Amino acid sequence: MKPEPFVRVSGIASPMPEDNIDTDIIFPARFLLLTTREGLGEHAFADRRRHRDGSEVAGYVLNRAPFAAPRFIVAGDNFGSGSSREQAVWALLDLGVRVVIAGSFGEIFHNNCLRNGILPIRVEGPQRQRLMALAEAEATFVADLPTQTLTVAGADPIAFAIDAERKEAMLHGWDETDQVVARFADDIAAFEAAQARLQPWLYPVGVPA
Amino acid sequence: MNTPRTLYAKLWDAHVVRALPDGEALLYIDRHLVHEVSSPQAFAALREAGRVLRRPETHLAVADHAVPTRAAAPGADPADGPRPCDDPLARGQIAELEANAAQFAMPYAGLDGPEQGIVHVIGPETGLTLPGTTIVCGDSHTTTHGAFGALAFGIGASEQATVMATQCLRQKRARTMRVTLTGALPPGVSAKDVALAFVARVGSDGATGHAVEFAGPAVTAMSMAARMTLCNMAIEAGSRVGLVAPDETTFAFVRGRRMAPAEAELDRAVAYWRTLASDADAVFDREVTLDLSALVPHVSWGTSPGQTLPVGGSLPDPACLGDVDRASPAAAREAARALAYMGLAAGAPIAGTPITHAFIGSCTNGRIEDLREAAAVLAGRHVDPGVRAIVVPGSAATRLAAEAEGLDEIFLSAGFEWRLPGCSMCVAMNDDRLEPGDRCASTSNRNFEGRQGPGGRTHLMSPAMVAAAAVTGRIVDARGLLP
Repeated sequence: MKPEPFVRVSGIASPMPEDNIDTDIIFPARFLLLTTREGLGEHAFADRRRHRDGSEVAGYVLNRAPFAAPRFIVAGDNFGSGSSREQAVWALLDLGVRVVIAGSFGEIFHNNCLRNGILPIRVEGPQRQRLMALAEAEATFVADLPTQTLTVAGADPIAFAIDAERKEAMLHGWDETDQVVARFADDIAAFEAAQARLQPWLYPVGVPA
Repeated sequence: MNTPRTLYAKLWDAHVVRALPDGEALLYIDRHLVHEVSSPQAFAALREAGRVLRRPETHLAVADHAVPTRAAAPGADPADGPRPCDDPLARGQIAELEANAAQFAMPYAGLDGPEQGIVHVIGPETGLTLPGTTIVCGDSHTTTHGAFGALAFGIGASEQATVMATQCLRQKRARTMRVTLTGALPPGVSAKDVALAFVARVGSDGATGHAVEFAGPAVTAMSMAARMTLCNMAIEAGSRVGLVAPDETTFAFVRGRRMAPAEAELDRAVAYWRTLASDADAVFDREVTLDLSALVPHVSWGTSPGQTLPVGGSLPDPACLGDVDRASPAAAREAARALAYMGLAAGAPIAGTPITHAFIGSCTNGRIEDLREAAAVLAGRHVDPGVRAIVVPGSAATRLAAEAEGLDEIFLSAGFEWRLPGCSMCVAMNDDRLEPGDRCASTSNRNFEGRQGPGGRTHLMSPAMVAAAAVTGRIVDARGLLP
């Protein structure tokens, strides 16, 4: 599935002033029995949003009107740590989220974001505290990928980093598998030929189970 | 003269198909483990694009995450098989994996077959896991296989689809961290305690962006099971890659496995594998040293694996943390939040905390060595009446081996349930889960909120510590119960 291109995104940001929001919090494991990628937003943060009886947890940020379907999330350190489940990213996407701002990210989650058109932006220390306060005040956040700039009225513009080819892929909404096949098919075949000569035990792997 | 290289650098360099800007590369992937929960959307992506597996024989599929761990009751309908699954969604997911494996000609270890088990237990057992290879899986604990000197890491479903179609992945080269373990592990202290102490030392994101190599005499002395436990939990410090240099212990483990090279080819492989260790003067971006000689059993108290204490320690007091801790307000806030979720009082000793459940198993501690460690504490004792205790071997082969040694008898006489292999109460996707407020002494790897069931409370510890907690009904130093 091709991700939606990301050029410039603006909107409200949900403040989540907490460290270690792991992917079990973002998408609890029991919903992983669903085998689709679509419609997962209703289970995002399920155990934060709802009590066991299904009633809403009053005051939780995603239950507060302006923050219920945010384009941005501003969080503490280590957002998306833990399990590799890509459902965490698909659920955020389904809520409408396109940008996550955090002090640091779980690495697998970070990669999963890039593969799905969600932009992870690292902002640390007092700068992020300022963004958190502005999110709480319902400021409009703007992320511009071509210039790699995050702009929020009330704060200095923030330049963010992204690897060149990841940026290009996000701008165009390219599918990574398509890219690898189109650009590197010959390199892969050459690699395999060389590896099979040097490490023949890897070719073939043996009798299938 | 060549620049000295780390083990990580050698593995990386040997798999670069094409170097890309900004430290990225297209990396060749030698092996891929596939389970029922993270793979359906990857197979769907292949189908949508009309793609096939580039090398089907390099993958191995198995159902582990959502499978039931209870055997069929006596008198149950034989048509439901030896391991009936009551949950229609889980049953559907297992059936979908079987159908996908068949459609894409992917080797599949059947649910009731001899190679079923947790992906990270059967990879090594079958010889799929080999030194010098790259191994991926849609599971963050793929770090486990780094114990063999393999570059192994967890990936998402979209990345899985790319690996299936191309045997490649775009990756960014990590920085390196060497964790040197000195001194000998004291009796009653195990690799799990080392892993917990390491995570507590560097923090839950302390190794993010780094490939961690565990090194030093204490690692050389470790069994493969212990090394796997150690590498398994590297991800709990944020590192996607844990590594141990392959050595004689590794080669002895690999020899004779179904998918491992044999005879002359094994000799040739071992000669290559011997070249992989970090060069003596290789430079790491970060160095951490842990002295194991004074290490004591560790227990997690909070909702992040970094929130871990020595068993003799006391819970933090958020009121004090604010003044002295480097991350002051945030650390105090996180500690207060975790104490509230865990239902624990600030400043109290962690030992003595009563538990309701005990779980032995998982890709961290579900191997035969782990079961032996727990059984040594349980022999001649019985589980406290207030505790429900289950032991879930990591694989069918582990279960058989344990039964051959009579470990099942020890667990059963002690009042543990002896289950079929699977992830079980580590991920709580089947019916092995906590109810709100339950408190579990667990050999698993994550104490996240709701990890073992919504509202459940997890204390991570070693197999010996879980066994000790099970028989005393509370968190206790297992060393007092050892022979």
